[in-house]
Amino acid sequence: MTVRIDQTRCIGSGQCVLAAPDVFDQSDDDGLGLVLVPEPSPDLLPGVRDAVDRCPAQVVTLEE
Amino acid sequence: MTEAAVCPVPHENRVHPLGAPAGFEEAISNGPVRMLWPNGVEAWVVSSYAGVRKVLSDPRFSANKDGQPEMRTEGEQVLGLPEPGNMNVMDGDAHLRLRRPLSRAFMVKRLNEMRPRIQEIVDEHLDAMERAGAPADLVSSVCLPVPSLVIAELLGVPPEHQELFQATAREMFGKNGSRAEYEAKAAELGGVLMKVVEEKKASGSTDDLIGLMVNDTDFDMDELLFLAIGLLAAGHETTSNFFGLFTLTLFEKPDQLAVLKRDPSRADVIVEELMRYTVGRLGGAGLARRATEDVEVDGVTIRAGEWVAVTFHANLDESLCPRADELDLERKAVSHLGFGFGPHQCLGANLARAELQILLRTLFTRFPDVRPAVPVAEMDFREDMITYGAAAIPVVW
Repeated sequence: MTVRIDQTRCIGSGQCVLAAPDVFDQSDDDGLGLVLVPEPSPDLLPGVRDAVDRCPAQVVTLEE
Repeated sequence: MTEAAVCPVPHENRVHPLGAPAGFEEAISNGPVRMLWPNGVEAWVVSSYAGVRKVLSDPRFSANKDGQPEMRTEGEQVLGLPEPGNMNVMDGDAHLRLRRPLSRAFMVKRLNEMRPRIQEIVDEHLDAMERAGAPADLVSSVCLPVPSLVIAELLGVPPEHQELFQATAREMFGKNGSRAEYEAKAAELGGVLMKVVEEKKASGSTDDLIGLMVNDTDFDMDELLFLAIGLLAAGHETTSNFFGLFTLTLFEKPDQLAVLKRDPSRADVIVEELMRYTVGRLGGAGLARRATEDVEVDGVTIRAGEWVAVTFHANLDESLCPRADELDLERKAVSHLGFGFGPHQCLGANLARAELQILLRTLFTRFPDVRPAVPVAEMDFREDMITYGAAAIPVVW
């Protein structure tokens, strides 16, 4: 289970932070999405899947 | 090969002020359909949840109109021109270059820091409404001034200019506005903003959005002014309308209003459901894209060069949630399309969320008996604006 953000296409919408605040943050430098916990525990996965779904730029992936 | 029949796009005569234009739901009921706009341009209308997401996020659909005449319902073209700073009509890296630096000002944590200030502005306006006494017009006393002051602060524009940028927004989003009138207002506002820009240059501040654009981006002056005017206009007009539309929706559904009153701390989830339902119910053919290659969507092939319009009626698609055509404030938030989707999704979505949550929670906590002074169906709605909403909402409490 690995969470990634493709920063080359991220628009910094922050939807991942809203969906899973324990897993994602936004960089103070450029507002782009950051993965805080690349290998999240099972209890965090529903939020991560929500982030994958909600991301308007479709740049959050969860490799299972 | 036979051409499918093309129906005129239903774009007026809402049967209910919070519902879709007459005939719209029937027209889209069988999947993608070609419709004819009053200016003679044809476009596909895509209405499924998955289809709308695809059109708005697949890079083969371009936001760049490439000089082609776009479908229009009426009036002169005010928005949508390829001018410096108009990121709404840009794709790929050109769009990201302008959009990304702005996203810093709308970061979730930065907006969370703004919440106490938003609360203060909301409280001041509700105090004033209470002092003036019932009946009050919710639009002029709360819906319009609160988001105007918030967006002015976020940009770093002195609050006394709010009437000027409200007037600019009316020209920008008016269906019957003229390009000349819009340019006159925008020039006047541009003059005010130039002074703000000079101050930011002198101070080197990056504390607000104009300071950030001036001192920490490579934007040139034309881009910067266009973006600042667009953000001031879009930043208050939309939130203002939706706070009114949400309130009217709740007035019409007392059982749902009771859900909010029972637990106002759930305002975050409640705003998502109100957004999904209200936007979905209003329907209408919205954002336009142009196919740059042949692309299949919902079983039809959209040919390179053809226009596509999406409808956010897709928020009522059963594939998004069960009983999607019902407002259910007890459901958990779903991934709705109320703020759009794809790289052009509403830049100010998180700001709008914070404002709408605070406004709803505070209005119905402080005025638990607030109710419309006249039936919703008798109120005036702004049919002459691209950004639809109530012109006035008379209330008593």
